[in-house]
Amino acid sequence: MSVGMLAGLGGAALIGLGLYGLLTHPHLLRKIIGFNVMGSGVFLLFGAIARRGAAAGLGADPVPQALVITGVVVAFSATALAVSLLLRVVRETGGPFFPDDDGAA
Amino acid sequence: MFALSPTSTVDVNALLPAIVMLPVAALLLAFLLGGRRTQGTALLVTPFGIALAVALACAVWRSDRALVYVLGGWAPPLGVALRADGLSAVMLVTTALIIPATGFYALDLFRQPRQTPEARAPFVFWTLLLAVWAALNGVFLGWDLFNLYVALEMLTFAAVPLVCLDGRAATLVAALRYLLFALIGSALYLLGATLLYGAYGALDIGLLSERIRPEPAAWVALAAMTAGLLAKTALFPLHLWLPPAHAGAPPPASAILSALVVKGSFFLVLRLWLNLAPPQMAASAVQLLAAMGAAAILVGSVLALRQKRLKLLIAYSTVAQIGYLFLALPLAVGARPWFAAAWVGLALQAVSHAFAKGAMFLSAGLIAEALGHDRIAEFRGLGRIAAPAVLAFGLGGLSLMGLPPSGGFTAKWLLLTAAIDSGQWLWALVMVAGGLLAAGYVYRVIAPALAPADGLTPIKTPSRRRTALALALAIVAVMLGLAPPQFGTFLRIGAPDAQKALLK
Repeated sequence: MSVGMLAGLGGAALIGLGLYGLLTHPHLLRKIIGFNVMGSGVFLLFGAIARRGAAAGLGADPVPQALVITGVVVAFSATALAVSLLLRVVRETGGPFFPDDDGAA
Repeated sequence: MFALSPTSTVDVNALLPAIVMLPVAALLLAFLLGGRRTQGTALLVTPFGIALAVALACAVWRSDRALVYVLGGWAPPLGVALRADGLSAVMLVTTALIIPATGFYALDLFRQPRQTPEARAPFVFWTLLLAVWAALNGVFLGWDLFNLYVALEMLTFAAVPLVCLDGRAATLVAALRYLLFALIGSALYLLGATLLYGAYGALDIGLLSERIRPEPAAWVALAAMTAGLLAKTALFPLHLWLPPAHAGAPPPASAILSALVVKGSFFLVLRLWLNLAPPQMAASAVQLLAAMGAAAILVGSVLALRQKRLKLLIAYSTVAQIGYLFLALPLAVGARPWFAAAWVGLALQAVSHAFAKGAMFLSAGLIAEALGHDRIAEFRGLGRIAAPAVLAFGLGGLSLMGLPPSGGFTAKWLLLTAAIDSGQWLWALVMVAGGLLAAGYVYRVIAPALAPADGLTPIKTPSRRRTALALALAIVAVMLGLAPPQFGTFLRIGAPDAQKALLK
């Protein structure tokens, strides 16, 4: 099994784990962490694809690398926004849960 | 103002980046100038935004082909292209009309108080208004999947805080729920874009559409992207976040969220299945989307019928009306004789819903101002104290029900004809049922409002300007029904070739 293959499978596993956590955990911070795990999986997968696309003497295809950096910034902003909203929710409702949580989100 | 003649040195394609940059520039300027001048900055750029969007529509019309702008001169696959076809021009003009209308409506609601420290809500509202505009322009012009991902994320980040401007616990929870749905959506979208890049080595929609083949990699990628976009568009059963978020936001914010923001991700679903996917893939996928759309129409309308509060009723009606957009997909995909009618119907539904829903949320704001609440059960006599608001709501409702001569009527008529012509009777039945249910929930509001009642006094008479804006949007929604056949010709510009032949 090549390194790229391993990274790709790892990425896929992270996406699955993250999505599962995001959907099933009622604790809102865990949901946000689930999103981050999922996002990391996508980035890892993108990295594996970049490695595979290496050509013309480059160590890796530069396009996915550039995109992953942008993606990390976007994911970081999303997390910051989510955490700040969560802090306000905790302050206003007294707990890190959706008040009428039916496991929907 | 904009040189459109071929001899001029100004390239009309430069309109594309200008349209995206204008709200971004205003946004940055607003931060620079500080809270007190944000409102002025935001409102000052609106006439320029309208002018640019109209100029672009004229340029697309005159050149009779999609306009393409290659950023920095780097052609795809390495560079990023912006592209404006007939449909994107229509959506850009719609956005450029609704954003200023809601902005001028919000003039008094989000004014910086004098003699007091700078308030946060007005600053946030005006900057987010510009950000939503910029992001929507980016979505409508984007032709690169990753670029579109960034525009989509910007749209989410601008839309989520609009929900919780008043900082109440309920709206904060609604905003966080919306954000979580949107984040699942964006992660899935990015996953799909990643897989497509891995499989075909391009992110440009034009290049991908040439290279893509119906094989597992493409199916998984498009399924992930579509699922993500559906979560953002709130198609049933992923609509759970929408009603509390849209109903909890302040009226001008609700109007923007329902009228425009959900259309951004829907527009990308269209791009994926009409411009990117091979027709044989699209033909089977859209049946599933149409089934979800049909469920959205029925469930959304029934839930709207049962709401006790006006804003929730309007929000659930958005869930139902989004269903029509997806129901139209199997009719509008592929090169078949009924395609032209369905394609125009689809676009008209998107645009007339935007105007009608904008008008309805704005008039719900006027009603809440006049009564101090929006409980439908206590609407008796409302027609006397807030007649223009009820009229605006009614005209918007006319379009949702699909009564002539409204835009909603023409849209639904075209879709109905296409459904019957293509033998898809089930979809036609759902459309008729949805129209009847819409009539039911609009009637539930209008009937008590027009009933006579004594002793109802308005808490406050809403300003004439705000009433006029709500009415103006409603009138546009109705007038759209009179759109000339050239509207269809315009939409044809830049459509995929196979479909184009039939539209001529």
